[in-house]
Amino acid sequence: MSDVTSVPDARGYFGAYGGRFIPEALVAAVEQVADEYEKAKADPAFAAELNTLLKDYTGRPSPLTDVHRFSAEAGGARILLKREDLNHTGSHKINNVLGQALLTRRMGKTRLIAETGAGQHGVATATAAALFGMDCTIYMGEVDTQRQALNVARMRMLGAEVVPVKSGSRTLKDAINEAFRDWVANVDSTHYLFGTVAGPHPFPMMVRDFHRVIGQEARAQVLDRTGKLPDAVVACVGGGSNAMGVFYDFIPDAGVRLIGIEAAGEGVETPKHAATLTKGDPGVLHGSRTYVLQDEDGQTIESHSISAGLDYPGVGPEHAFLKDSGRAEYRPCTDADAMEALRLLSRTEGIIPAIESSHALAGALKLGRELGPDAVILVNLSGRGDKDMHTAAQYFGLLDDSAADAAGGAK
Amino acid sequence: MTNALLDQTLAAAKAENRAALIGYLPAGFPTVAGAAQAVQALIDGGADVVEIGLPHSDPVLDGATIQTADDIALRGGVRTKDVLETIRTVTAANPTVPVLCMTYWNPVDRYGQARFAADLAAAGGAGCILPDLPVEEADEWLAAAAEQGLATVFVVAPSSRDERLAVITAKGTGFVYAAAVMGVTGTRAQVGDMAEDLVARTRATTELPVCVGLGVSNAVQAAEVAAFADGVIVGSAFVQRILDASSPEAGYAAVRELTAELAQGVRKR
Repeated sequence: MSDVTSVPDARGYFGAYGGRFIPEALVAAVEQVADEYEKAKADPAFAAELNTLLKDYTGRPSPLTDVHRFSAEAGGARILLKREDLNHTGSHKINNVLGQALLTRRMGKTRLIAETGAGQHGVATATAAALFGMDCTIYMGEVDTQRQALNVARMRMLGAEVVPVKSGSRTLKDAINEAFRDWVANVDSTHYLFGTVAGPHPFPMMVRDFHRVIGQEARAQVLDRTGKLPDAVVACVGGGSNAMGVFYDFIPDAGVRLIGIEAAGEGVETPKHAATLTKGDPGVLHGSRTYVLQDEDGQTIESHSISAGLDYPGVGPEHAFLKDSGRAEYRPCTDADAMEALRLLSRTEGIIPAIESSHALAGALKLGRELGPDAVILVNLSGRGDKDMHTAAQYFGLLDDSAADAAGGAK
Repeated sequence: MTNALLDQTLAAAKAENRAALIGYLPAGFPTVAGAAQAVQALIDGGADVVEIGLPHSDPVLDGATIQTADDIALRGGVRTKDVLETIRTVTAANPTVPVLCMTYWNPVDRYGQARFAADLAAAGGAGCILPDLPVEEADEWLAAAAEQGLATVFVVAPSSRDERLAVITAKGTGFVYAAAVMGVTGTRAQVGDMAEDLVARTRATTELPVCVGLGVSNAVQAAEVAAFADGVIVGSAFVQRILDASSPEAGYAAVRELTAELAQGVRKR
């Protein structure tokens, strides 16, 4: 399995996927990121500072939680949650953001820009900008600013400028387009703090490396807790950062199934889904070759998911590679199944998960029923659901009429 | 391998001691059927070379004006085959005018590189400008383009270091597209000071003509750029004329008029 974990090659390819499909104006900046990251990896002071931040600021290691009552609904399989929801800022995103923010300081740049879908990456980036005294602009699709309004307020509270993006599908894909446009124009002062394991090399590798701590911790915690490795590791996949983070250290463990759960929206048999690996084809989007939801002419098809963080028609190239190599499996999960899992974890365990992470939970419920009561399933609970209460309140009808009116407006 | 018509056209402008005028408009804009008329207005106004854009769902290098045109074209149902058909119509009517296709990479990748090169050549196209295909990823395309007698124009930017300019210009044919500023397409009050330096640094690496684009919208700017470049590339300003017009015909007339002004500009170096 060393051939699987040694990727990518020097040109940033994971098998047939990855690479660097970027305009010339960004080549120097992307090369600078790659060079600086290699230097930082070799610098013990960089690792020491990052580890201190992860421990004292983020609150790592994140706990591993046995969820007995939830497990009863999963055919009795033992489900263990890796609690990235308990990180500072409420999701796994902070792991990568702190790493790249330190890198930004090393490069002498003073401004961070980022895209965000659910707002978790934007909040984490705004947080790091505040911590490091940097300027910050976050691009967010207009549709997402409405369905994740709480996170817009959090980013602005932290001092970031939030720009609602009105072009295209007005979701994550278009926020990335706009962030690239900003970067091309302001590259001297600005680092594009890319939030997922997609984009041009070295981002897929670097973002994975910064999230690798999730799987490193979880693998040791599961071994310690159960005396063996899990039968399966389950994570949701939009761009795929939390999944790569939790999968990576399990890749050499051939007996551990790696299962990514994609957003099937209203169903993969309908046009309204975001199941890129299930329904897409290889192409080039946002700087790398990967699976893309695209039409016959190579135009990107608009994705759909109730979860803003998974509502993306591309996916990280390493996932494309793991899919084709057969090392990981990717399954779709509908909006309805994810929302049911969100409600179930809330009611059985007192943990309100993000809608993104709820896709992984729904995948684990199904897998548990397939594997039976002897199975141990590790689920990456990548984020908490506070930001989703507006969507959940509307979906489940949780608010009285007057409160619903006051909450008003959003999708 | 390069494209003879493109090379001759740029050489002829040079022989007249002037810069060439290169005009851009996207296919499918203002309509699939009307695009060839819009491009004809560029030619009638005096453009030496035209670029026909392949509209894309994710035009990350384009500002608001061309994004709007691409949106209109895609909502109007433009397909890759329509882009090729527009090129065919224009080249059939104007056999002495080189027509390039400017496109993001994924539509070519999806169409098939060899098939796209063959169909573009069959439509009379002179070559491609591929702004998000770096030279490192371009070997297969370059081979397909060479086989069909198509030029491949690469973009260089003010941030390109000298050693990289040499790598890019060694692979490119036709001309080098020098981006005047760090940024996306769109009209600007001033063309950047970085353009002249970039042209000089690029010339030090190649005999290819160096043409400057991004931000040029009027005859005064065209003359400024013509003073140091082999060609002046204008796009958003034409798109804006069509967007602002009360009818497609009024838009084409406005494009013709602007092209004529710019054609004067490139002759005042």
